[in-house]
Amino acid sequence: MDGLSIRDLRVVFDGFVAVGGVDLDVSPGDVRFLIGPNGAGKTTLVDAVTGLVKASGSVRFGERELLGTEVHRIARLGVGRTFQTAAVFENLTVLQNLDIAAGTGRGAWTMIRRRRGIPENVQEALETIGLTGQLDQAAGTLAHGQKQWLEIGMLLVQDAKLLLLDEPVAGMSHDERDATGELIGKVSRDRTVVVIEHDMDFLRRFAQTVTVLHAGRVLSEGTVAQVQADPKVQEVYMGTKEA
Amino acid sequence: MTVVASQLFTGISIGAVLLLIALGLALTFGQMGVINMAHGEFIMAGAYTTFVLQSAITDAGVSLLVAIPVAFAVAGAMGVLLEFLLIRRLYARPLDTLLVTWGVSLLLQQLARDIFGAPNVQTRAPEVLTGNTRIAGDLTMANNRLFILGLVVLAVAALTVALRLTSFGRRIRAVVQNRDLAAVSGVPTARIDRLTFFIGSGLAGIAGVALTLLGPIGPTMGTNIIIDAFLVVVVGGIGHLRGSVIVAFVLGVLQSSVEYLTTLSVAKVAVFVAIVAFLQWRPQGAFTLRTRSLA
Repeated sequence: MDGLSIRDLRVVFDGFVAVGGVDLDVSPGDVRFLIGPNGAGKTTLVDAVTGLVKASGSVRFGERELLGTEVHRIARLGVGRTFQTAAVFENLTVLQNLDIAAGTGRGAWTMIRRRRGIPENVQEALETIGLTGQLDQAAGTLAHGQKQWLEIGMLLVQDAKLLLLDEPVAGMSHDERDATGELIGKVSRDRTVVVIEHDMDFLRRFAQTVTVLHAGRVLSEGTVAQVQADPKVQEVYMGTKEA
Repeated sequence: MTVVASQLFTGISIGAVLLLIALGLALTFGQMGVINMAHGEFIMAGAYTTFVLQSAITDAGVSLLVAIPVAFAVAGAMGVLLEFLLIRRLYARPLDTLLVTWGVSLLLQQLARDIFGAPNVQTRAPEVLTGNTRIAGDLTMANNRLFILGLVVLAVAALTVALRLTSFGRRIRAVVQNRDLAAVSGVPTARIDRLTFFIGSGLAGIAGVALTLLGPIGPTMGTNIIIDAFLVVVVGGIGHLRGSVIVAFVLGVLQSSVEYLTTLSVAKVAVFVAIVAFLQWRPQGAFTLRTRSLA
């Protein structure tokens, strides 16, 4: 298992500093929650780690430097992410979505065989995310919560070792949140997980460690209790009930 | 009755060529959100390829058959070159790409004039394709149009197989739907872009071969037909290949029947009016996919 190590990460959009020198270490097997007010740079940080935006500094996953690596190569190194908007391939079926995530190493012209069965890892992921019954349904017609689970399922078949989840329980019901929290706990046994989340109740129950970002910088870091007791965090969150 | 059937057939064969062009456009537009104004010049390249091959191989039949794959490769290579040199650098800047590819289009037309001269040239059709085939009673169909129809059916079938049954095709569809998600799922998007551009442009080349059977070859032949192809893509619903298929045939039949009853100009006007009216009613095109996406 590998950990994530970020040094002096900077992302600038047309003069606007979205991430301004972040140092962050996530040890192997950790479940790290990233929190912070809107515009703190949480999603941009994940975008930078996965190569979707240009950044300076250093991002290491295990021994490998990720900055400057092509997006699909970063994915093949075992870094997987989900998007805030529950992004799945809407026109493809659940199975086809998983197939794309699973088939990263395949040659471009490999014919898709009429398979008798579904590959073991895909079947396993389907059971884990509870979508076995929706196999041939277009992913676009799934309920919001199911799409978010399908995203996680895609990371599982992709064999991601570092999971970056951007608001995985946004818009979910209470029961769905619990199920997602348990799912995160289960997958973190042999993976490193970073979760961006606003829901403080969810954070208290499922976070191992927390990093608070504010205005593109790390404001505080530690266990849930440590972070909540930090006066700087209370100041930033003043006026919001959550902290 | 015979007149109706033969007009229908003429319309369908025009629609078939339109379809080939529109499918290429729809592919590259869907893939990269790029409106490639030089797509018409890939048609011209395919047509001139046929012309050059016929001067090299004197047998009209053989040269036509050889021209199909060669034109596909020539137009495809031009498309890849355009993607690699220019379009790649202009992602997410649709207006700039429009202007740049229009410039490339003018450049290619002038290049054709310099190489082949401004006047139109003509290929000889192989003898088998000059006659008519009697279908039933008085009803005959021109062999060249039958050949075109067969060619398009084959090309569309091959494209469908490539898109539906290969993992490459599935990746194209993945990139079309969500580029970022495809990339973070491990799909090499840059390579997929180039391959898509090759296939889309190559289809225009094949359309160029087909057009040599219907009329003269000239530097502006692409521009003349590309507008109709754009209309097919827009009306068919962007990114929906099935929509393009249906709309291409409807447009072809509509145009050839109105043209038969009146004149070419009236037919053009009538088709345009019909399309404007249709888009007022359904601005999203004929076919759309309903999803529960929040985005």
